[in-house]
Amino acid sequence: MLIFEKGQEGRMMTILPECDVPVSLPEEGSLRKKSMHLPQVSENDISRHYTEIAKKAYGVNDGFYPLGSCTMKYNPKINEDTAALPGFKQIHPLQPEHTVQGCMEVLKTAEQYLCEITGMSRMTFQPAAGAHGEFTGLLLIKAYHESRGDNKRTKIIVPDSAHGTNPASATMVGYSVISIPSAEDGGVDLEELKKAVGEDTAGLMLTNPNTLGLFDRNILEITKIVHEAGGLNYYDGANLNAVMGMIRPGDMGFDVVHLNLHKTFSTPHGGGGPGSGPVGCKDLLAEFLPGSMVEEEEGYVFKHPAHTIGQVKSFYGNFLIVVRAMTYLFMLGKEGVPEASKHAVLNANYMMAQLKDVYDMAYQGPCMHEFVMSLARLKKETGVSAMDIAKGLLDYGIHPPTMYFPLIVPEALMAEPTETESKETLDKVIAVLRSLHETAMTNPETLHQAPIHTPVTRLDEVRAARNPKLKHEF
Amino acid sequence: MKVLGDLVYTKTHEWVRFEDETTALVGLTDHAQQSLGELVFVNLPEEGDDTTAGEVFADVESVKAVSDVYCPVTGVVSEINEELLDSPEKINEAPYEAWFVKITDITDKEEFLSPEEYEELVKKDME
Repeated sequence: MLIFEKGQEGRMMTILPECDVPVSLPEEGSLRKKSMHLPQVSENDISRHYTEIAKKAYGVNDGFYPLGSCTMKYNPKINEDTAALPGFKQIHPLQPEHTVQGCMEVLKTAEQYLCEITGMSRMTFQPAAGAHGEFTGLLLIKAYHESRGDNKRTKIIVPDSAHGTNPASATMVGYSVISIPSAEDGGVDLEELKKAVGEDTAGLMLTNPNTLGLFDRNILEITKIVHEAGGLNYYDGANLNAVMGMIRPGDMGFDVVHLNLHKTFSTPHGGGGPGSGPVGCKDLLAEFLPGSMVEEEEGYVFKHPAHTIGQVKSFYGNFLIVVRAMTYLFMLGKEGVPEASKHAVLNANYMMAQLKDVYDMAYQGPCMHEFVMSLARLKKETGVSAMDIAKGLLDYGIHPPTMYFPLIVPEALMAEPTETESKETLDKVIAVLRSLHETAMTNPETLHQAPIHTPVTRLDEVRAARNPKLKHEF
Repeated sequence: MKVLGDLVYTKTHEWVRFEDETTALVGLTDHAQQSLGELVFVNLPEEGDDTTAGEVFADVESVKAVSDVYCPVTGVVSEINEELLDSPEKINEAPYEAWFVKITDITDKEEFLSPEEYEELVKKDME
């Protein structure tokens, strides 16, 4: 039931005192003809309404959430404590600089820490999310080529295992996209890359480890091929959780990188956002960075980079998210950051090893922080698809892995357990996945019906996509 | 899985029906629509657009994913099947009637597969 369908005409949350000044209405033409459709409910009604909705929803606080390439890790509660401090929360972006020196120090410190982790020189916190970061990073690449009068570079190379946002961002920036196939081992096909690069190459977009959970062992060769052709290398930070504190994109040969603070650095993700997609770059791109950067002079000051591409978002991005990520980094420290990555990789390999005798793995391990199963054989033999297994998991109160991605793996399920899950949790999920496989072999029909114990059962996804009902009709 | 005897095919699962030397209809094969699942959205080029053999000219979206559709010939889009824009399910229902575009002024084409060769390819695909 929607909030609009609850309550009673005239019910409200406040009692207004009698008006003690003469009533003066706007002129006739400016008045609404019909009253607005507002929910007419008490505070108690609202509180219960949203509690009811929250009970039907599922988040990291409810249970296992192994959404591949999304890093749905636990968000420590101390992040919320620091983000709620009045000095961070009760400020305005137009306040004079000398009154917000502490907040500027947070931005500067976060920049220094994250540049150290990525091997970059400077970083902007303007972009509000990952794809926004990609867009910003590509604008930097474009500004760089244009500043050199190198206008023939119109193409961005993207491997076929990439996130769909990569080609989309490149297109938004006005580049055309060359998709190159992956090699047998799941990495970039060096021969295909050599064929694809040339005088028209603006750059390469790469995720490493990639969406198959594999670290590309040819990474230095790959970035060199692109550099020698005159292009720049863009690092999609979606999978940084596998390598943070261990190896740096800057040392792999990347010139620009975006991070997802809401993935790797434990800030709210998905509907719980807002997100943050900071973009770091090496010196050669720093003069083009968007918005204002915090510089240290006598105290902190905001300065526009010399040849800035302009604003990509108002003010300084989602500042309180940076406060949360900074808290996370302070809590982990320089020992904790690589330790978290090691555990993420260990958890993924443990799950993979415990499942590979029943589920086919798209690529044999060891994997990094995630692994991809292919259910093509299961589907052929039993009719049970990746979708059916995913729906089956819901009945056990487990969020499914990423489905049907990466596109190069048929009937794909991509699982990323993250470092914050205990062995007991992993063992429980492994047992559930094994029992679902057993059900697929013995009684496949039940899985076509799943889920049956959830607030809503199997949805008609085709009808939802073809005839979406997007607004409430009064 | 149906393969029609009077069409030619591509490795990327498009079918081509030549009306004469320089005019052809292009669509998606039965095997392609089966593997994609129920389609919910189709993106077609515009009339008058140039196409290049082997390059993307349309895309189709199922509940699983968005997939590119490649144009097997170089020419000009003279007509698009507007019905598909509102009813993408026609591709699932009758893939060989649900043509995407009519291409005229064809100057170049990909290497096509005969119905037998295409059937062979799909068989290998399914293994």
